[in-house]
Amino acid sequence: MADIVLDKVSKKFPDGTIAASDVDLEVGDGEFVILVGPSGCGKSTTLNMIAGLEDISSGDLYIGGERMNDKAPKDRDIAMVFQSYALYPNMTVRENMSFPLRLAKLDKATVAQKVDEAARVLELEQLLDRKPANLSGGQRQRVAMGRAIVRSPKAYLMDEPLSNLDAKLRVQMRTQVSRLQKQLGTTTVYVTHDQTEAMTLGDRVVVMRQGRVQQVGPPQELYDSPANLFVAGFIGSPAMNFVHARLTDGQLSSVLGDVSLSGSLRRALAASDAPADLILGIRPEHFEDAGLVDEAHLGTGARFEGQADVVESMGSDKYVYLPLAAERASTAELDELAADAGATDLPASGAQLVTRLSAESPATEGAQVRVWFNPEKIHLFDPETGRNLTLAR
Amino acid sequence: MGAGFGEATPARRWRWGLLDLAVIAFALIPVLWIASLSFKTTATLTDGRLIPAEWTLENYQSIFDTSQFTRALVNSIGIALISTAIAVVLGMLAAYAVARLDFPGKRALIGVSLLIAMFPQVSLVSPLFDIERRLGLFDTWPGLILPYITFALPLAIYTQSAFFRQIPWDLEKAAKMDGATQAQAFRRVIAPLAAPGVVTTAILVFIFAWNDFLFAVTLTSTERSRTAPVALSFFTGDSQFEDPTGSISAAAVVITIPIIIFVLLFQRRIVSGLTSGAVKG
Repeated sequence: MADIVLDKVSKKFPDGTIAASDVDLEVGDGEFVILVGPSGCGKSTTLNMIAGLEDISSGDLYIGGERMNDKAPKDRDIAMVFQSYALYPNMTVRENMSFPLRLAKLDKATVAQKVDEAARVLELEQLLDRKPANLSGGQRQRVAMGRAIVRSPKAYLMDEPLSNLDAKLRVQMRTQVSRLQKQLGTTTVYVTHDQTEAMTLGDRVVVMRQGRVQQVGPPQELYDSPANLFVAGFIGSPAMNFVHARLTDGQLSSVLGDVSLSGSLRRALAASDAPADLILGIRPEHFEDAGLVDEAHLGTGARFEGQADVVESMGSDKYVYLPLAAERASTAELDELAADAGATDLPASGAQLVTRLSAESPATEGAQVRVWFNPEKIHLFDPETGRNLTLAR
Repeated sequence: MGAGFGEATPARRWRWGLLDLAVIAFALIPVLWIASLSFKTTATLTDGRLIPAEWTLENYQSIFDTSQFTRALVNSIGIALISTAIAVVLGMLAAYAVARLDFPGKRALIGVSLLIAMFPQVSLVSPLFDIERRLGLFDTWPGLILPYITFALPLAIYTQSAFFRQIPWDLEKAAKMDGATQAQAFRRVIAPLAAPGVVTTAILVFIFAWNDFLFAVTLTSTERSRTAPVALSFFTGDSQFEDPTGSISAAAVVITIPIIIFVLLFQRRIVSGLTSGAVKG
């Protein structure tokens, strides 16, 4: 077991594209760290550099305190689970799992014992003599995990290991991966584009965009205090609502109405030298049907009324979509997030407000709906830099 | 069969059956004719019947009477096997590089190997004759093996690189992560998966070398290195007026047999989908 330290690690490909720039990251011994971001953000490249499958253009990589830049993958003593599983089709499950041990020239008895042990942990005992072609997707995934854990490496690297499974199996495997990692206590770096996996699995999450680390922190911290627009928009589902807003004398006016800011928010804005034009962000789950909020709270919050465009009842709660009389807030970050979510492929529609209300809300499609939100829950961003100006509150 | 072509109605089946039969007849009748000639006696050679009126093994006995044909067979087998082995191994290494690596001059290499494949061999025969005479390669095994390798390599590189491209690169990465060196990854993971491609290539190269007449007739002069197809053309009758058709047919049948054996032995290995189950769910 070991810690992994990336010190200003960059990757520049021969054609000039920069896949990762100045990535600084410290993964503690036994820690489970998730690299997340839209496709092309450099998360897989970063993982491959740790693995040794890609050369590091500049910066240093340390595993267990030892500089690893020039070591071949086989000399780094780390195991990797691939998105495609990469099982050797000409070998049985047993041969697949014992391959790393046989390469390490362990004696036959030890190999057999270790493979049996790993097979028991992953419930693969019945499948040891089958070929990968005769396994289901979930079984193949477990074999891939087995091949990684069998030699007790210093660290595991996982490259979207669950993304080829169907939705139900993915949830099951997710908990299994989590349990396995806790049980083994081995340092793990896990790449995913699925934010549910990012939020549920990791001790800490690293959000990346265009080869740069945007924010590193525990999942809840990323959700509560996103460092910038990109993290705010990326973490959380459905995504945070963003609208343009203007600040005048502590009053914030936007398409959601005028809101007077609390003292702490004002101080935070003043401290960070905020411009007058801002982007207001608020999460769908921070809205409530105004009819369900008691009088005492109603006064302290802000209200917005609109004709419900679409109402999706999830049983536990209701998603209500309200049209907004404004353009969708647009910055480089938000456009990239929209592109990643596929929103740019949809026919152009005006901005809309996504709200998540209690199931008791009487909202129906086409009806007027009044929603309430707590101004304390809003985030304000600098449209130029994307920086979150309300972090200091 | 049938899938995507609509239902197999009796009428359709008949049509396809007739077409298949025509194709098979077109390919096999000349072969059957040769086989039939090889079993005929000299007197009945020209009777125009497919099934010999009188069966005889005389033709076969006659070709094995002298060392001329047996020696040529040994030459043919030796030269074709050695050429195949070298061309396939060199081709495998080159194909792996072409499929997997980006190196300066890759396009030039592919272009040049295509050029060699398209080059008319006839135009090379006289220069090669002169070169080999001076180098002392004329009428030797290496004298034939070398040009065979040259002309088989483009084929070997092309077919094998197509197979290498089908092997998921992740497998090689996985092998490296599992502690294999580049050489071990190739030998223990990639090469076994490329086996069908290697075997297919080996068959094609072997047939090319085995069938060659042009180089064999110009670059050899004695039994020392003369191959079977050439030896066959040197057959004569017992007298000037006797037709050697019977013995030529017998020899033709004999030299077809190794190819048939070769293909039958290896066709089981030429199964596609050997890599299935490697990746994805």
